[in-house]
Amino acid sequence: MEKTKPIQGGEFIVRDVDPSDVFIPEEFDEEQKMIAQTCQDFLDTEVMSNLDDIDNQKDGLMRSLLEKAGELGLLGLSLPEKFGGFEQSFTTSMLANEIMGAGHSYAVAYSCHTGIGSLPILYYGNEEQKEKYLPKLATGEWAGAYCLTEPGAGSDANNGKTKATLSEDGKHYILNGQKMWITNAGFADVFTVFAKIDNDRVLSAFIVERTFPGITFNPEEKKMGIKGSSTRQIFFNDCKVPVENLLGGRGQGFRIALTILHMGRIKLGSNVLGAAKLSINRSVSYANERKQFGSLISSFGAIKYKLAEQVIKTFTTESAVYRASKNVDEAIEQNMQNDTCTKEQATATAFAQYAVEAAILKVYGSEALDYVVDESLQIYGGMGFSAEMPVERGYRDSRINRIFEGTNEINRLLVIDTLMKRGSRHFYDLFGEAQKTWDNLDELIDNPSTEEDNYSRYRAFINNVKKLSMLLIKAASDKYQRKLVYEQELLNNLSDIIMNLYVGESTLLRVMKLEQMKGSEATALYRDILDVYLYGVSQLVRANGIEAVDAMGDFPENAKVKKAIKVLCDLDGINTHAARRRIADKLIEENGYTF
Amino acid sequence: MKILVTLGNVPDTTTKARFADGDTHLDMTGVQWIINPWDELALTRAMELKEDAANPVDHVTVVTVGTQEAEPTIRKALAIGADDAIRVNAEAKDAWFTAQQIAAAVKDQDFDLILTGIESSDYNGAAVGGMVAELLDLTSISAVSGVELNGNEITLHRDIDGGSETVQADLPLVAIVQKGIAKEPRIPAMRGIMMARKKPLQVVDPVEADALTSYNHFELPQPKPPCKMIDPEHVEELVSLLQNEAKVI
Repeated sequence: MEKTKPIQGGEFIVRDVDPSDVFIPEEFDEEQKMIAQTCQDFLDTEVMSNLDDIDNQKDGLMRSLLEKAGELGLLGLSLPEKFGGFEQSFTTSMLANEIMGAGHSYAVAYSCHTGIGSLPILYYGNEEQKEKYLPKLATGEWAGAYCLTEPGAGSDANNGKTKATLSEDGKHYILNGQKMWITNAGFADVFTVFAKIDNDRVLSAFIVERTFPGITFNPEEKKMGIKGSSTRQIFFNDCKVPVENLLGGRGQGFRIALTILHMGRIKLGSNVLGAAKLSINRSVSYANERKQFGSLISSFGAIKYKLAEQVIKTFTTESAVYRASKNVDEAIEQNMQNDTCTKEQATATAFAQYAVEAAILKVYGSEALDYVVDESLQIYGGMGFSAEMPVERGYRDSRINRIFEGTNEINRLLVIDTLMKRGSRHFYDLFGEAQKTWDNLDELIDNPSTEEDNYSRYRAFINNVKKLSMLLIKAASDKYQRKLVYEQELLNNLSDIIMNLYVGESTLLRVMKLEQMKGSEATALYRDILDVYLYGVSQLVRANGIEAVDAMGDFPENAKVKKAIKVLCDLDGINTHAARRRIADKLIEENGYTF
Repeated sequence: MKILVTLGNVPDTTTKARFADGDTHLDMTGVQWIINPWDELALTRAMELKEDAANPVDHVTVVTVGTQEAEPTIRKALAIGADDAIRVNAEAKDAWFTAQQIAAAVKDQDFDLILTGIESSDYNGAAVGGMVAELLDLTSISAVSGVELNGNEITLHRDIDGGSETVQADLPLVAIVQKGIAKEPRIPAMRGIMMARKKPLQVVDPVEADALTSYNHFELPQPKPPCKMIDPEHVEELVSLLQNEAKVI
């Protein structure tokens, strides 16, 4: 496995990575921590005491909260200084997003405004468009929204029916069509709207102001969760959009939509972290108060198991989120060096480069949060089912994360599809490495790792999972070739292995780096997290691998691949029960998430 | 006019206290540090006074006694709006030590008004402000819940037992402030955070000074017994519990 230049998006599948190559959240600097604290103070003073009013969509409240965040500069973190922003790194914007992620419906409004509401104009707008809109979006004077989804175009976004035709005088595009599930629609002033010009087969994007003639809104959608987030359908009836409001050129819409989706997915990974940590704090503080059979329920092993798993899922998500964030920052820097491109172009390109990681964070993060909120509710028992309890809101609000920014089903397929496509385009030598692994199959089976030291053992395991993933990718693509796309269950098997590989490697590298920074004693609990998680990964890889092999049935070396899975996924001998108890005990002692 | 605000660097109020070295020291591992809440309110009021165009305040300085680990706290004060900062490079041992360090660091700088929080949220000694005033030979007025300036005159509001009083005084002086001095602490805005790194932070060596006290022993209060909820319909159960279990009636 080669190691010469910075890691490419998706390249983790073929490349050995060292702890010194990854960024870990323990490396945030003083200024980043201060920005995070400002977000936290804002959330504590303005949002958390208003959750009921927010969910009841009290008139003007959400809009005023965005304005207040704007006064603090928190809407302009990613925007250039000349447009009233603060040009923070992507990693810093992810940290801010994490903190805001605990804000229930507010988190959605904030994320929408600062992400999909503002960034299409930043990345694809011309100077006039940026000058006109970005300063207002940076202060919160205007709120932003994004209109892609239509009744017949959800996951299949390019299937939109909204049309744009040039007016006779050539001064306007006339928009006709319908958009739905539009976040912030109730109060946004500016919308990025996707439509097809004339008979184009591809989308274009337009900047549409609320006051343009011909726009009407349906009432607020009644939703299961994030009730405070404004969500409406929007109708465009001969809506006149000045021609200068075409964004990024005719036919550029799908590319814009994809970039923004990649960005949204990776940011969703940070959002769920804030929500998960809040949910854990709620569950442990309840478990530390609630007595049954004369004991606090936090003293019971079954509850400790849940608490520990909540911590593990959150910590592992966090490890992957900030590793990928820093990689995006590094890619932006590198793109700017190699090309004559602007920072905005470099950033948009970086999101596309890390599309695999973005999809992984989206799926893994949203499912981690769903686990956390579900078990929080369970720890509350009957009380958790009461709408009076905060965990009930957390449970409902979490669910959307598995649906928006591309469903988890779409994103699972994207993980493997994008990984293979980038391999085919030689961003890394996926198929060459796969062939090498295939050729050395006997050696692989006959020489299982005998490393004694845990880190060496885990690094060998991670490398083995990479090899297994490549073996399975090769077997699947050789067998099904162009028809592989129809084998979605098989692709899901591969995706699940790859996602857990990426998260597992990120956690391993973080814990190794932490130990280098803080010493062995201070890292003991992190090693427990790593032990339990990697043990789980070994079981998951084995289950998915064997299921995939059995589903593929007859293919060359079928039996050998199966044997390789069994030999290479062996991480037996870890006392996960004791490790989980130690993790839970720390959480219980601190009465909150301090990992 | 120049205002000085003294800053204590204290553990976050939600920190779980742990002790080390046979319960003679606080264990500071993993502690989150914050500006002492009373000092933070003093800083907020100082900024309000400076921002009010009717006042001749043109400079707000903050001073703290602490090691390099106190710098995030100082930067936060600079991000909130203080113009510059002084850090006396020493661990704050006790009130007398701290007061001497502050007095020595600022004695030649002719501050017109010194605002200090009435106490710190860690040791709650409530002594530094008065000592600083004495060492600088300045008037000190304590338990101040309101400060207004009128040219070189200052009006102070104090909460006293059962009422309040208004005091007029000449500057310079030390105002030892309590809650009410400002509504709520300010959240540093992004612009302030960006500017904070460019503002001067002067580090000075400590002067020779003894601490007059040392800590013998810390202990935590007994944990509170769990709260029992009684349905409002069952008053007799409440009476019985108060009588037989709590034995208070």
